[in-house]
Amino acid sequence: MSAQITDTAVQASVVVDAPIDKAFTVFTTDIGTWWPPEHHILEGELAEMIFEPRVGGHVYDRATNGNECHWARVLVYEPPTRIVFSWDISLQWQLEPDQERTSEIEVRFIAESPDRTRVELEHRKLDRHGDGWESMRDAVGSPEGWTVGLMRFAEQAAS
Amino acid sequence: MTPVAALGDGTRLAIFELLAQGPSAVGELASQLPVSRPAVSQHLKVLKEAGLVIDRAEGTRRLYQLDPSGLAELKAYFDRFWNYALVSFKTAVEREK
Repeated sequence: MSAQITDTAVQASVVVDAPIDKAFTVFTTDIGTWWPPEHHILEGELAEMIFEPRVGGHVYDRATNGNECHWARVLVYEPPTRIVFSWDISLQWQLEPDQERTSEIEVRFIAESPDRTRVELEHRKLDRHGDGWESMRDAVGSPEGWTVGLMRFAEQAAS
Repeated sequence: MTPVAALGDGTRLAIFELLAQGPSAVGELASQLPVSRPAVSQHLKVLKEAGLVIDRAEGTRRLYQLDPSGLAELKAYFDRFWNYALVSFKTAVEREK
């Protein structure tokens, strides 16, 4: 796991012990099995996450009360090597209706061997969200909270 | 230095949190922290190079404040978020044998 930062994008990557087809399926269809549970803007209790496997589809959360939150559009869908989806969430932590103010995420899957896959992720065009980071920071808490969470997951992954 | 690395230091994180409350001069920051004024200046320089903080002259004083565009901070946020999410993804994909 590693990360670096360019001007208006961040990159992260991870190598998983799984074939490329499975890595792709878990990342997309099974997104609900790994998406950080505290990161939903849905009203109501989360029932499931759906990743519609086609260009023009959505990634959305569905609540037990029937509410849905469509927070991403699938822009590229090329199984099992590449997807691009939008991040339609504003810095006020609300759905962003203006597509000019949304960022995008590209994920590439590269087979290192039949049983190992490198996953490279880039979240780019972050400047399109504009100003107003402070309200988002207030909503998500301090950087220290993240560090603790990251360490907890790293320990789980290594065990 | 990246924003994440810059905030990885406890003193710099403390300075950053103080500046989140409003613009401040070096002396004011030093008076609220257990470090010397030159040390605070050095940390501010790092935060500035990381794009987290900007400075401006006000009269005879130099005031430091968080970069209002917040892009560096936004990147630091997503940098943490995706690393956290990818570790969770790795756990999930390797569990489903």
